[in-house]
Amino acid sequence: MCLAFPGRVEKIEYPYAVANFGGTKRKVRIDLVDELKVGEYVLVHVGFAIQKVNEDEARQMEEIWKELIKSL
Amino acid sequence: MEGINKVPVTIPLRDRIKGVASKIRKEMENEDEIRIMHLCGTHEDTITRFNLRSLMPDNLKLISGPGCPVCIIPDTDLQRVFHLIQETDITLTTFGDMARVPFEGRSLFYYRAKGHDIRVVYSIFDALEIAKKNKKPVVHFGIGFETTMPSTALAILDGIENFSVLSSHRFFLPAMDHLASLGEIKIDGFINPGHVSTIVGVKAYENILKRHRVPQVIAGFDPDDVMLAIYMLVDMIKKGEKEILNEYPRAVSYEGNEKSQMVMKEVFEKEDWEWRGIGVVKESGGNIKDKYDQFNAIKVYEDVFESFSPKEDKRKRMCRCGEVLRGLITPDDCSLFLKGCTPKNPVGPCMVSFEGICSIWASRGVRR
Ligand code: SF4
Repeated sequence: MCLAFPGRVEKIEYPYAVANFGGTKRKVRIDLVDELKVGEYVLVHVGFAIQKVNEDEARQMEEIWKELIKSL
Repeated sequence: MEGINKVPVTIPLRDRIKGVASKIRKEMENEDEIRIMHLCGTHEDTITRFNLRSLMPDNLKLISGPGCPVCIIPDTDLQRVFHLIQETDITLTTFGDMARVPFEGRSLFYYRAKGHDIRVVYSIFDALEIAKKNKKPVVHFGIGFETTMPSTALAILDGIENFSVLSSHRFFLPAMDHLASLGEIKIDGFINPGHVSTIVGVKAYENILKRHRVPQVIAGFDPDDVMLAIYMLVDMIKKGEKEILNEYPRAVSYEGNEKSQMVMKEVFEKEDWEWRGIGVVKESGGNIKDKYDQFNAIKVYEDVFESFSPKEDKRKRMCRCGEVLRGLITPDDCSLFLKGCTPKNPVGPCMVSFEGICSIWASRGVRR
């Protein structure tokens, strides 16, 4: 139920966008996320975008993983 | 984590899992038992699919909580829907999992086969499209926690005349609080549900932390996310730290999705509603506010519901889904598991939903 998938925004026609989920395209509602741009990734749950994927945070997590694996 | 964004993944998944597993085992050497409860069916799916329990030391237990929106909907709600479709000529829309939950052996799919207009939708916005094309009234049987509720709120705010919602939505956080208050089992740490958290934010858990002093980690759904969350919890528990940590910052912020919180608050008010196996949970019900009566199926069909009186489903007397949802037992403690109750012929909702632990264990062939 609470599944959400990341999709790449390809086209915006507010309040809708076309998001690409690894090849599958779907129309999604985007009125609950701010300032979405084409090319950004959004997490989509039951047909609406619940959040932009925060790439800075993802990058930082990757650093944390590197540290963690190094410390083994 | 793969493919979720443009950030390159530098360490292969296997190495991550193996690495954290060895760290957890080392941390747990000669320690007292630690019990960690996760609160999301999708976390159970990850744990079972990747067999993460087998990587845990004996003194670390991973317990499954009530994180399955379909499972916790009590039979009363289900019977109310059945009553509505039998007494009116509406189009009913709902999600696939919900349509398979039986009451006295009959599900919404049974009624569809009998000729009732029941449509499974992927999104409530599909239901809106049906309503726009259709003259007939469309009622959406709305289920789900905070993750899903904003979409229902949006659909109501769209103001389509022949569209209404029968809300079985429930706020999850009050149930987490309630479960911790019950104190039936010792819980040393919580893995908080990632996508509920996307909406409510880290801040929403602070009251629960204050009241119960149990460490929490918000986690994503890949196996390395879950493993890291477990490690973070073990580390906090050992140090006696009591905090809310966020393992899933790529999708969860401190404030959460404020627009979603706003539309939810606009449309829903909190009521004391019943949960299967848990009882009445204070302020957990997603009731549609009076000002949106026109889109609230309970109000629109008020006269139809006058003759509604729920019963008990005798077939579910041996079903222990309630105890499963409270983390008191595992599916194999139920005498019906894979005998009288299978994914093809489910007795209780925990065997229906793909987020129900009975169904997850059955389809992955898990015993314990
Ligand atoms: S196995 Fe079936 S009957 Fe037993 S608790 Fe799970 S859903 Fe209920």
